[in-house]
Amino acid sequence: MTAVASHNIVKTFGDIVALDGVSVEFEEGIVYGLLGPNGAGKTTLIRVLATLLKPDSGSATVAGVDVIADPVGARHKIGLAGQSAAVDEFLTGRENVEMVGRLYNLSKEEAKTRATDVLEAINLTDAADRKVGTYSGGMRRRLDLAASMVGRPQILFLDEPTTGIDPGSRLDLWDLIEDLVAGGTTLLLTTQYLDEADRLADRIGVINHGKLIAEGTSNELKDQLGGDVVEIHVDEQDRAAAADVLTGIAGSEPVAERLSLSIPAPEGSKTLTAVVRELDAAAIEPRDIALRKPTLDDVFLTLTGHKAEAKPEEPAETGRRRR
Amino acid sequence: MTTTARLQRRVGFKDAVRHTGIMTQRNNLRLARRPELVLFSTVQPVMFLLLFNYVFGGAINLGAAGTASSDYINWLIPGILVQTAVFGATATALGLTEDLGAGVIDRFRSLPMARSAVLAGRTFADLARNSFVNILMLVVGFLMGWRFEQGALKMVLGVALALLFGYAFSWVMAWIGLAAKTPEAAQSAGFLPIFPLVFMSSVFVPVDSMPTWLQGFAANQPISVLSDTVRSLMIPEPALPIFGLDQSTLIWQSIAWILAIVAVFAPLAVRQYKRTVG
Repeated sequence: MTAVASHNIVKTFGDIVALDGVSVEFEEGIVYGLLGPNGAGKTTLIRVLATLLKPDSGSATVAGVDVIADPVGARHKIGLAGQSAAVDEFLTGRENVEMVGRLYNLSKEEAKTRATDVLEAINLTDAADRKVGTYSGGMRRRLDLAASMVGRPQILFLDEPTTGIDPGSRLDLWDLIEDLVAGGTTLLLTTQYLDEADRLADRIGVINHGKLIAEGTSNELKDQLGGDVVEIHVDEQDRAAAADVLTGIAGSEPVAERLSLSIPAPEGSKTLTAVVRELDAAAIEPRDIALRKPTLDDVFLTLTGHKAEAKPEEPAETGRRRR
Repeated sequence: MTTTARLQRRVGFKDAVRHTGIMTQRNNLRLARRPELVLFSTVQPVMFLLLFNYVFGGAINLGAAGTASSDYINWLIPGILVQTAVFGATATALGLTEDLGAGVIDRFRSLPMARSAVLAGRTFADLARNSFVNILMLVVGFLMGWRFEQGALKMVLGVALALLFGYAFSWVMAWIGLAAKTPEAAQSAGFLPIFPLVFMSSVFVPVDSMPTWLQGFAANQPISVLSDTVRSLMIPEPALPIFGLDQSTLIWQSIAWILAIVAVFAPLAVRQYKRTVG
């Protein structure tokens, strides 16, 4: 069954076009990752699908229910964990989850049982009866996730579930999301982190400036690059010269990381050989040189012309780690 | 517009009432978990009562109204009840802006619950809190020598009218708070209409002690009407009629003000809610 289907959604805020005709469709039982930089339109799309925002035009259904014509019906099908953990810090974790359960029209007893279950699933049993004010950022996100699950929604929307939390909590959340998915939950997840989409999503939609610019599995997206990548590490003083050499071979600027430079290698080892030869001719001795599979970083660069930006508070080590 | 209307119908009245109950409970629980907030929101009205009775009370000439009533405290308590309820209504503005800032409202809006329950639950919780504070005022007043002189039934009716008026003002404050968006702005904006209305009224002093040009407004604005009504239900008959109005006329005028304020400001607040949460 189709989980989410949006057709040509347009949403503007004054002069800003947040969504410029977005059509997304996927079936139940998968994780769909919506990947894009800050301001790409990810959150706006989630808000439209979660009935928080009416689009200017276009249509959308969740679990077959039209979000514009029947928002209440749609709300019965969905759970939302937004960007800021929407939990009440003066209530305990359990009280938060029970309240949301009762607002999903569960009876008092059902809400109690169900809250105990999801709190356990989310590893918060020990902290369940503490005020949320004492929770860490990662715990709040988990509680928010628990609250979004308590009503047994068919589809869960997670808007940037790991933005702004520490790397350890991030890994915990990933494990948790993977468990959820193993249990058959359908998930729409937005992220600006390529590694997150790569790890969690069955299918990825790349969104930029309010447009869906590519879609497919992680591998399909990598294949769009047309093959491998040559990556070199050079000493700082050789960097500019090496970049010129690579530009000459690829016909475009190389992707510059802090320590490395890389270009697409459509001809595989032949491109690698060319790079080695030309670097040698320019008297540059690379510290390391390798032919590797492209990452989503490369995909993103190719598609958008710029790198996916990580937020400043994001530790570079987790945000840009290559896998 | 039509979607929202249909949506509210679709949730169903019974569910909407239940959701309002859950939200009221949640807001009360939030308050109970913040003892410092409870403390300061009760200390402030008690302080008003003490200040006005002991500091200004001696200087206030009650004139004709005072001759029949023994003490300023008996004259002051009905006014203070109205003032406390109106000041207490600012909590509605604060509570809503807090929820807006915390992103909790987005969660509520994504749930299959009645949207009206967010606003209604807030105003009912504030009514509950106001009731608590007003009862405390009566206890403190009693210790200071206040006595009701027209029987318990009329006293209770007077308190109920003051509280309902405070409830009506919660909708004014909901509107202001949702427009102001942040707790800081809501705090200042909320008191903007309240200060002149409360002080240019018969809450603390008889209107005929004010300059003539002010008396017309002061005597007829809702806070005076309510204070006089509650007063007429608590102090002895000879002090009445106040401004030539008898008790039942005052009661009807009070009820009319309460209904009119709700009728105007509840829709404004709902409209502002939709605008703000967009």
